[in-house]
Amino acid sequence: MNSDEKTLVQVRNLSVTYHTRLGPVSAVNDISFDINRSEILGLVGESGCGKSTLGKALMRMIMPPGEISGGSILFNGKDVMQFDQKRLRDFRGRQISMIFQDPMTSLNPVQRVDEHVIEAIQVHEEKPDKEDVISRVKALIERLGIQERRLRDYPHQLSGGMRQRVMIGLGLVLNADLIIADEATTSLDVIVEAMLVDQLREIREEFGVALLMITHNIALVAEIADRIAVMYAGKIVELGDIKEIFDNPLHPYTRGLLRSVPSIRLDDREELFKMSGEPPNLTHPPSGCRFHPRCPEAMPICSRIGPGMDEVSPGRWVHCWLYQDHPQKDRSTIKVNA
Amino acid sequence: MSSSLRNFLITRIFLTIPMIWILITMVFFVMRVLPGDPIRSQLGPKVSEEQANAIRERLGLNRPLYVQYFDFLWKMVTLDFGTALTQGERPIIDELGEKLPATIELTIPAMAFTAIFGIASGAYAAKNRKKPIDYGLRLFSIAVYSIPIFFMGLLFQIIFSVRIPILPLAGRMDTLMMTNFQPITHFYILDSILQGNWSAFWSCISHLILPSLTLGLALTGVFIRLTRVNMIEMLQADFITAGRARGLPEPRLVYKHALRNTFIPILTLIGLQFAILLAGAVLTETTFSWPGMGRYLVDRIELRDYTAVQATIGVFAFFVAIISLAMDFLYAFVDPRIRY
Ligand SMILES: Nc1ncnc2c1ncn2[C@@H]1O[C@H](COP(=O)(O)OP(=O)(O)O)[C@@H](O)[C@H]1O
Ligand SMILES: [Mg+2]
Repeated sequence: MNSDEKTLVQVRNLSVTYHTRLGPVSAVNDISFDINRSEILGLVGESGCGKSTLGKALMRMIMPPGEISGGSILFNGKDVMQFDQKRLRDFRGRQISMIFQDPMTSLNPVQRVDEHVIEAIQVHEEKPDKEDVISRVKALIERLGIQERRLRDYPHQLSGGMRQRVMIGLGLVLNADLIIADEATTSLDVIVEAMLVDQLREIREEFGVALLMITHNIALVAEIADRIAVMYAGKIVELGDIKEIFDNPLHPYTRGLLRSVPSIRLDDREELFKMSGEPPNLTHPPSGCRFHPRCPEAMPICSRIGPGMDEVSPGRWVHCWLYQDHPQKDRSTIKVNA
Repeated sequence: MSSSLRNFLITRIFLTIPMIWILITMVFFVMRVLPGDPIRSQLGPKVSEEQANAIRERLGLNRPLYVQYFDFLWKMVTLDFGTALTQGERPIIDELGEKLPATIELTIPAMAFTAIFGIASGAYAAKNRKKPIDYGLRLFSIAVYSIPIFFMGLLFQIIFSVRIPILPLAGRMDTLMMTNFQPITHFYILDSILQGNWSAFWSCISHLILPSLTLGLALTGVFIRLTRVNMIEMLQADFITAGRARGLPEPRLVYKHALRNTFIPILTLIGLQFAILLAGAVLTETTFSWPGMGRYLVDRIELRDYTAVQATIGVFAFFVAIISLAMDFLYAFVDPRIRY
């Protein structure tokens, strides 16, 4: 994971902890990965594994009782952890932006569509020229397939798909380098979702913006992403090129995931991600590798020591003892699940 | 305006009519069920029964109750309030013409103080949730809410008129000044401006401070709490998070985005609080000898002046209905989801 021209974000040993009444929840645990310029990186994993937390952490948007408890984030080579409030505000919007799951609630209900966009520009640019701003907003909105007359509408007058496009527009209007889409298409119906996914792909081509697509829908990721990161219980367990991972999943969790999808193009979301065993409780995560209680190939070492993130082939990272050596490693598997 | 909204507002207007009707009917009968009557309570046992009956005859109080009731209803419909039964038997409309401006002059600054101070500090407490200022404001809101109005008024009188005599104790204006003051509209502040009588103007203002502060503070508690609770909820709304994610400054998120959405429930509260405001005005006016509707009502209830009490409560009900109607219109104005 060397830093070079094509790397946009470098995340190193990032941890996020929520301090709850039941004790600390380690929602993101010592994660390292990169995001390249203009790439679409899919982040998949079952709900509760820490995807949204990771997305928010990249923007330094973890609110109490949560806290980034360790690690570093370099964005365009700048250390995001060192940003003061003013710098952060500038960073959010101009360099990074986020689209949320529920299009019904992510726009201010008493503000018109154009007011949202114009506000974003006014807040971030010094003395913007009024004419110029309006023409930019119009061009952008049209590019996103929203009619100009919709600019004077209130959010509730738009369909869910249109609202998400407005959110994308808000991310693009200041030429952000990275847009994080957190389950952005999940609440839309299948056809609208497909259209939005197409549009995201086009936008990447046209604007050169990188996308972090957070989803629990692995079929969706297969359609759009260049690389995927599979997350389990606060850890990225496998990371690599989408084709390589789908052709030859290495981590037992990834294998399970892909097996549970009979056809990649299946859209019956209910059927996705059924795997034996319970997702772990992050207040008291399992010792060693967090996946070991559900792992069909667990070995004695797995419950004692967590593996590291290992690059098994160029660009292909796996977090599993099956592909790493350790003096205490002993190949006999233990049967955990029937 | 959507047609469903229009229908709703029309229905609301028509609903206020039976509402006022039920209220004045209740007042009509309750007043007559109470022991005592206008003649005896004003003149006492000194007058003979014949004399009393003669007065009853003149005032129409010896007619059967239902005749009196329908007569009263018809007069209300034609907006004829009649004359008072006691204290000079003046036309009610003249009496209210003097008392209503006094009450309005008291309640407007009280309401303005409550709304501005209550909403601002509620929003500030929400923004600084769980910090000392938040606990302080919450304690304050409970305190002003639970202290009875007359007690708070008395406390202010003792502090600011007796111990540190900087403000007048009671009334609307210096008694000496009253003698050569000719009210026009009976809004004394307005009248003194119209007449260019600045000493009267300042006297009115200084007399207004303690009563309006008392009344205003009494209502502030509810405003602080409601604003705070709604702001806290609003600050966790997705569109606030989304705004933060695109780098909008925090004060803008709090005081523009969140607060503007919080106005929607607050408007409802203002409508509801208006009735309580009038109740509070009655107590405040009594404490500060403020010659408004509230004191008038209390006086006339004691005198069993049926027509005066009915008319006063009818006017109160009318105002409550008008305000809550106005709030419904405002609601639609603030919330585009209702308008479109
Ligand atoms: N505000 C919060 N307070 C306490 N715990 C939280 C909070 N947000 C998330 N968590 C916990 O962190 C873990 C990861 O949550 P999240 O990032 O939302 O997962 P995902 O997006 O993958 O569904 C969950 O166990 C969740 O309970
Ligand atoms: Mg999530």
